[in-house]
Amino acid sequence: MPEPLLEVKDLRVHFPTDDGIVKAVDGLSFTMAAGETLGIVGESGSGKSVSFLTVMGLINKKSAIVEGQVLFQGQDLVQMSNDELREIRGPKIAMIFQDPMTSLHPFYKVGDQIAEMILAHEDISKKEAFVRSVEMLRRVNIPQPDERARQYPHEFSGGMRQRAMIAMALSLNPDLLIADEPTTALDVTVQAQILDLIDRLQSEFNTAVALITHDLGVVAEHCHHIQVMYAGKIVEEGTAEDIYYRPMMPYTWGLLRSLPRLGHDTDRLTPISGAPPSLIFLPDGCSFSPRCPYVFDECHAVEPELLPIDGHHAARCHLSLEDRERIVAQEILATS
Amino acid sequence: MSVAEATPMREKPRSGEPLLRLQGIVKHFPITRGIIFQKKVGAVHAVDGVDLDIYPGETVGLVGETGCGKSTLARVAMRLHDATDGTIWFDGRDITRMKGEDLRVIRRDIQMIFQDPYASLNPRKTVGTIVGAPLRLHKTVPKNQVKTEVQNLMELVGLNPEHYNRYPHEFSGGQRQRIGVARALALRPKMIVCDEPVSALDVSIQAQILNLLNDLQDEFNLTYLFIAHDLSVVKHISDRVAVMYLGKIAEAADGNELYTQPKHPYTGALLSAVPIADPNLSKRKKRIILEGDVPSPINPPSGCRFHPRCYQMRSLGDPDKQERCRTDEPQLVPHGPGHVAACHFPLDARIIEDLTETDTGSSG
Amino acid sequence: MLRYIIRRVLWAILVLLIVVFITYMIFFLLPSGDPAVRLAGKNQTPQLLEQIRQQFGLNHPWYIQYLLFLKHAVIGDQYGWPGLGLSFISKVPLKGIIFSRIAVTAQLAVGAAIVWLIVGISVGILSALRPHTVGDRTAMGLAVLAISMPVFFLGPLALYIFWFKLGWLPGTGYYSLGQYGFGTWFSHWILPWVVLAVLYAAFYARLSRSNLMETMSEDYIRTARAKGLTEKRVVLKHGLRAGLTPIVTVFGLDLAALLGGAIITESIFNLPGIGQLTVQAVGGQDLNTIAVITLVAAVFVVVANLVVDVLYAFLDPRVRFE
Repeated sequence: MPEPLLEVKDLRVHFPTDDGIVKAVDGLSFTMAAGETLGIVGESGSGKSVSFLTVMGLINKKSAIVEGQVLFQGQDLVQMSNDELREIRGPKIAMIFQDPMTSLHPFYKVGDQIAEMILAHEDISKKEAFVRSVEMLRRVNIPQPDERARQYPHEFSGGMRQRAMIAMALSLNPDLLIADEPTTALDVTVQAQILDLIDRLQSEFNTAVALITHDLGVVAEHCHHIQVMYAGKIVEEGTAEDIYYRPMMPYTWGLLRSLPRLGHDTDRLTPISGAPPSLIFLPDGCSFSPRCPYVFDECHAVEPELLPIDGHHAARCHLSLEDRERIVAQEILATS
Repeated sequence: MSVAEATPMREKPRSGEPLLRLQGIVKHFPITRGIIFQKKVGAVHAVDGVDLDIYPGETVGLVGETGCGKSTLARVAMRLHDATDGTIWFDGRDITRMKGEDLRVIRRDIQMIFQDPYASLNPRKTVGTIVGAPLRLHKTVPKNQVKTEVQNLMELVGLNPEHYNRYPHEFSGGQRQRIGVARALALRPKMIVCDEPVSALDVSIQAQILNLLNDLQDEFNLTYLFIAHDLSVVKHISDRVAVMYLGKIAEAADGNELYTQPKHPYTGALLSAVPIADPNLSKRKKRIILEGDVPSPINPPSGCRFHPRCYQMRSLGDPDKQERCRTDEPQLVPHGPGHVAACHFPLDARIIEDLTETDTGSSG
Repeated sequence: MLRYIIRRVLWAILVLLIVVFITYMIFFLLPSGDPAVRLAGKNQTPQLLEQIRQQFGLNHPWYIQYLLFLKHAVIGDQYGWPGLGLSFISKVPLKGIIFSRIAVTAQLAVGAAIVWLIVGISVGILSALRPHTVGDRTAMGLAVLAISMPVFFLGPLALYIFWFKLGWLPGTGYYSLGQYGFGTWFSHWILPWVVLAVLYAAFYARLSRSNLMETMSEDYIRTARAKGLTEKRVVLKHGLRAGLTPIVTVFGLDLAALLGGAIITESIFNLPGIGQLTVQAVGGQDLNTIAVITLVAAVFVVVANLVVDVLYAFLDPRVRFE
């Protein structure tokens, strides 16, 4: 089996604060293969963004305690110095963020900002770098790329700004693109455009993509593998079919049931009761137990392990497999 | 018959006069230039001729993307902006140019819930003060009973009344939105305008708030104008949905119809763009990807405003027909009971079938 | 852009007219002496007073005097252009005095500005990059201390220590470069520059620190790091550029205000600048001089405002497209 592109082993990211230690990421392990698309689904506080910011080395080491390993192409990024990490950011791993309005520097032209990234890693002339940045803008379908490269970010629309960010991220042909909620701030038709673009570029550039989102619909369409995060851990992972047709964890059930869907006609949605837990005072046992409709004694006492179910499918829950399969058949899938 | 058609959406009987009637609403924001005297050189056509009726007890969903004018329309309806043209009838009275004490009294009957639970609450005031402010201002409740009433309201929206003295930052996003709901409910209004109230919330919390709004509507016989950019959210709460594009209504329909029989190509594109939480279905579904961005409302396109991006127009083939799209602005025409759309060449059955093979949550 | 500048210049002229108008109004509304008496000096006779009134237009109502002043300023008078008239106290044409006074004040202001910009902004940057460390807290603590020490306290204190006690630096007074050479000129400027700069440096240190800290937490800084840029580049090119731009506005106005006369500093260090002249003019009810100084100070502020706004548009592309 070829070496995985990214292997995260028992990653913990804790932030000491005046009120206590915020356990943003608390034992995260997963792998990504070259060229695959991984969807990471979670709500606020799940740790999905922090985990990938840590992969990029963008977490301030002075304010966070990072433990565990992040092996990228065999090398442990957690142990690397800032200088070494800088060589990786851009040519090997690139990241785009949620809000394209604020992610680009307002004072510099878009083409210059893209060229800057190229120049930081390659020994070419400024002119050449600019030509390449125009080419990247063309590849992300920005019309009149030559003119646009000489404009400022505030002259672009939201969708175009995000495209420019994508152009910038892919300009050095990285092996991994991390997209942190890339479409959350965009209109729904623009969202469709951007996701379509990411799909297309992924095959053109043969990049692996980590797509972080809170939208279960988005990952269904675009990801091979999906992991659902809650309170800093993965609570369920598997292929898209596993998650949507055979979900095996009450939080996943809750998410699926609380989604407003076009095909559904119930008046009332079935939300998950309560609110996400405090990351300082996590509940004993299973982190989801305070909100779980199927909770029983063991859930409060012992934290469940992430146990494999079959193939790539794994879930973290004390309920027996039979019980879970029954619940899924009777309650989860039969809501139409 | 698909599942969607078999189980009808919430149906409310429509009786009597509309509670809110908007006729020919136009709102332009002028753009001025000049050295000493500012001259108007153009305008942002935020709303460019909208008619909308909302009947008592019903929920009308208003959907559109950035720049379509939905928020501006809501604010004009509430007299937060003055309309450039058109009339607003509320509860049988013409409130278009109403001022002073008369307007103040009307304001008790239309309230608003805002999108951003973090920005819409004054961080320096306690929850009790925030929710009690309308009561104190309009003196609908005697001073010594304000606190009790506020605590009542807090319970109604699912907050712990003992948190009366806490500040907004001590609450989560969902709870803050509940505070906004309590505030809007304080004066027992007839109508609440919900301006994207769940867009900024996590999915599981969204569902809680939507359920809350549904329950409150039943209990207090409220009428809602629910603004959203997400068609699927609107579906769960609306009796009737209208789609706006560049300042005008493109299509409006009762119940399920917008979702099962869309006529306007823009509606089709919106439906197509909604991500489906069903991998097999989403692979099979035909995707319509619109090109380009929404044009600026400063210079709306001639003829049909959607024509530069319209895939339907492109597929027509007949240059005369396409010319019509470019020059002749379509009016809203009926397409069945309660269903109107503004398009010269509306979507046909074939495309509709492709688009509306929507997910039902069942195994694929 | 041109339209914008023209509009601003027209407004500026209006502001200047109003400022001088108000000056005249205040002067005549406040009970003070009769300027003619001052002009006449020791030997006053009613005829002399009347003659003076005629000569200086003091027999007109105050708003006519205002208009006359404007007329002379624009057209010129018997002493040249611009027509600034005579000082009532010294009876010397103001035109000559004003410019040499401005020169001294300018040396004070610009010299102090260089000091406070360098010291203040550097300290601010260093603090922002190492927030909440001992160094940061010390620097900000000292800044608060400096802000609390006004010039009329620091000035004499500095003179006492460095001139009187230690003899390291010469005393008060202005010694022009041309006449006295670089050494003397410079040594007499050190104390005034530093004393005046202390307050501003502290303020600018705090301002740059908070601006830069805010900028460094912006999303585009995170993007810059994600691009793999060196931290030095992230701070200098992405952080400082955005964080320090607002300081341009503040600086322009501070400098302009100083050019209108650093009254206290000039008085303490006996520097013949506009500030010192102001004190004399007000004390001696020298209406003409007061009017001229007000006009000059207003011109500085108005011009600075305009320059700073245009400069800001140059630095921040978002402002250009209005």
